[in-house]
Amino acid sequence: MLDYKPNIVLATGDYKVVGTRPIRHDGADKVTGQAKYGADIILPGLLHGKILRSPHAHARIKSIDTSKAEVAPGVQAVVTSADWEQPTGKVEDLAEGSIHNLRFMSNNILAYGKVLYKGHAVAAVAAANPHQAEEALALIDVDYEVLTPVHNFREAMKEGAPLLHERLETLSDPGLRAGGYKSDEDTAMGSNVANHFEFRVGDVEKGFQEADVIVEKETNTAPVHQGYIEPHTGTAMWQPDGSLTVWSSTQGHFNARDLLSRLLNLPVSKIRVIPMEIGGGFGAKGILYSEPVAALLAGKAGRPVKVTMSRTEVFEASGPTSATNIKIKLGATNDGKLVAAEAHLIYESGAFPGSPVPGGCNCIMGPYDIPNTYLEGSDVLVNHPKSAAYRAPGAPAAAFAMETAIDELCEKLGTDPLEFRLLNSAKEGTRRATGPLMPKVGLVETVQAAKDHPHYATPLEGPYRGRGVASGFWGNGTGPASAMAMVNTDGTVSLVEGSADLSGTRVVFAQQLAEVLGIPAEEIKPTVGDTEAIGFTSNSGGSGATFKSGWAVYEAGQDIKRQMIQRAAKIWDIPEEDVEFTDGVLQHKSDTELKLTFRQLAARQNATGGPITGRAGVNPGGAGPCLATHIVDVEVDPETGKVEILRYTAVQDAGKAIHPGYVEGQIQGGAVQGIGWALNEEYFFNDQGHMANATFLDYRMPTALDLPMIDTVIVEVPNPAHPFGVRGTGEVPIVPPLAAVSNAIYHAVGVRVNELPMSPGAVLEAMWKKDNGS
Amino acid sequence: MQGLTGGNQVIQVEGSTVRQIINNLELLYPGTKARLYDAEEDELLPGVAAVVDGDASQLGLMERVNENSEVHFLPAIGGGG
Repeated sequence: MLDYKPNIVLATGDYKVVGTRPIRHDGADKVTGQAKYGADIILPGLLHGKILRSPHAHARIKSIDTSKAEVAPGVQAVVTSADWEQPTGKVEDLAEGSIHNLRFMSNNILAYGKVLYKGHAVAAVAAANPHQAEEALALIDVDYEVLTPVHNFREAMKEGAPLLHERLETLSDPGLRAGGYKSDEDTAMGSNVANHFEFRVGDVEKGFQEADVIVEKETNTAPVHQGYIEPHTGTAMWQPDGSLTVWSSTQGHFNARDLLSRLLNLPVSKIRVIPMEIGGGFGAKGILYSEPVAALLAGKAGRPVKVTMSRTEVFEASGPTSATNIKIKLGATNDGKLVAAEAHLIYESGAFPGSPVPGGCNCIMGPYDIPNTYLEGSDVLVNHPKSAAYRAPGAPAAAFAMETAIDELCEKLGTDPLEFRLLNSAKEGTRRATGPLMPKVGLVETVQAAKDHPHYATPLEGPYRGRGVASGFWGNGTGPASAMAMVNTDGTVSLVEGSADLSGTRVVFAQQLAEVLGIPAEEIKPTVGDTEAIGFTSNSGGSGATFKSGWAVYEAGQDIKRQMIQRAAKIWDIPEEDVEFTDGVLQHKSDTELKLTFRQLAARQNATGGPITGRAGVNPGGAGPCLATHIVDVEVDPETGKVEILRYTAVQDAGKAIHPGYVEGQIQGGAVQGIGWALNEEYFFNDQGHMANATFLDYRMPTALDLPMIDTVIVEVPNPAHPFGVRGTGEVPIVPPLAAVSNAIYHAVGVRVNELPMSPGAVLEAMWKKDNGS
Repeated sequence: MQGLTGGNQVIQVEGSTVRQIINNLELLYPGTKARLYDAEEDELLPGVAAVVDGDASQLGLMERVNENSEVHFLPAIGGGG
């Protein structure tokens, strides 16, 4: 029996539906197996696509002979990159800030000229069943000229290093993560550095001169995978009129449609993308792998084709997050005030440009008020799979460097780490290291709540045990969003919105609409509309869905309210100004006899002017940043180096938790993924650049047996730019754990492990080094 | 960008929209417009976000700027999930 409350909500705001915990509308479908995921699609005449992948990390493709495969039993189509036009290498802004280099994207989907990592797709076969497709793959003859692979950023940045892309230009713009080619006039050799940029605020040299205490350190992290349970899958079917329907496991069906349009040279109006239920994404399901290949195969075969990755393909050929190297230097005065900070971040992007190093730079100093800062970011190519977004992309590795350096600083100053954070917390008006001023945020409140939590007050006793804390920042995203709400005659409302539901967003949209209309959340019937059922909505990513589609739903609700007020005025033959709509009841402002409930008026809608439909298209600004502070207790086994998590408390500002249960789920899930990243997970590459642990047996993710319950505290500092104060909550919980666990290990056994993962071997080695005085 | 402004971190320019700010920046520091503006599409270059008073603009060149507004041109940074 716990002597404290494991999940605390420090709620603000007085709402009837927002802030409650209704059962999710899609819950029954999910738990009874009725929900349809991408791989569940079965169509008449469906073929199965399989992909031939490179056995080499770096090789030139001299020729591909598909003739034997084309006549193999059951085979209906074979495709390579020769089956589609190569796009230009120009960076394009497709969908309101969705920045892409379509040449790189196309070449990642199907290799053109070279293979750039083990597992890189080279050709694909569609056959009557998966086994025939796999057998046909073995009949494709690819002649490779094997090249020396580039294993890591150190090799990649050396003078004379083998180049992945001979024409790659080194850009100096963090906004152009997608990377670019040199112009035809530029005859200089390319580089493996896709981007290099700086941010400078104040005078960092002068700042360090003012510092009494300085800490410098270097950290390294290995690539890790998001580990979503559902592999990537896409099914494509061409219609007789030349239009294309795609069923996809995607975080952004509109973005998928727009990308398919460019890759296949097809107008967006000819493509319909239907988002299926999604078995985890964490950022990486915003990228196309299977869908374009399925479309090419389906076009050639004249039949629908489904392409579903195996788990090994997911590991080897989708995107893990980047390996990173960060050098950081912090300076503070003796009274504990940060005065200067500089950080040099190198992130490996894999085989194509686009690591999240801009995100790392944006977040690394986010929690702090530091007057003088310098940031340098480099995006470096290596012969590994192209990196992909993973929950707060770029921020966890950055926080690992920053928050462990802060811990070292606190130790030198003899300061409590939470007191130090209270003294140096970023707050509204703080100048950020990337330039702008911080809007209203709740870091001080999370630190204070952590300090007040029974966890922090409970002494941690016993040998080899230590407590660590860390904070984290994520800026949160927004973008265009659409919603349409149809009032039904029984008083329910059918809601269609455009954000793919990754994490229970249907229910939070239903709650926001219910709050506006003054009816129960259960009376709203939410669905995710496909690209022909609802207006454009940007990806469910960056923790933006609850904010932006919440705004759209709120406005659609206001639209319904306006129409219902007009109808009531019409029925009562009074001016609209005399009608008020409160808590689901319309009534005359002064004559209390004139009253209609939402349900009563809904029943009369057709006779009073026709169906009532609310709609909204928005592109809201002001997605408020989200900050968190975590506390963790660990025990280190001195014989094996294994780290056990004894207790974990995550405190986070949610702005306003629409459904606290799902915010708690996001916090717990993010913390668990961060613990896995800290302690166990890593891509092992052999000397050929091949991943050696591409199964869940060998890639060690934490399970329920490895962890205690993650306790949560939701702090609510409302975002002034949202009607209910929402801040996205899904990303920041993965930011602090890496550093918090590392700090706890230090306080347990006195060693700073500056490389992730802090596996038993790594911890033991660090302890031996300490014992040997080296 | 600071390379184009002689290392200046803060520059004062007139303008009531982001478009006017960019045009006036170009007069002071030639070359800045090409780093921010896509003439072909008549919009901010891909990957550039205008941040007005701490809030990333959703209207791009059309975003209104007040007399004492602070405008930053920053990378548009995408998210995860």
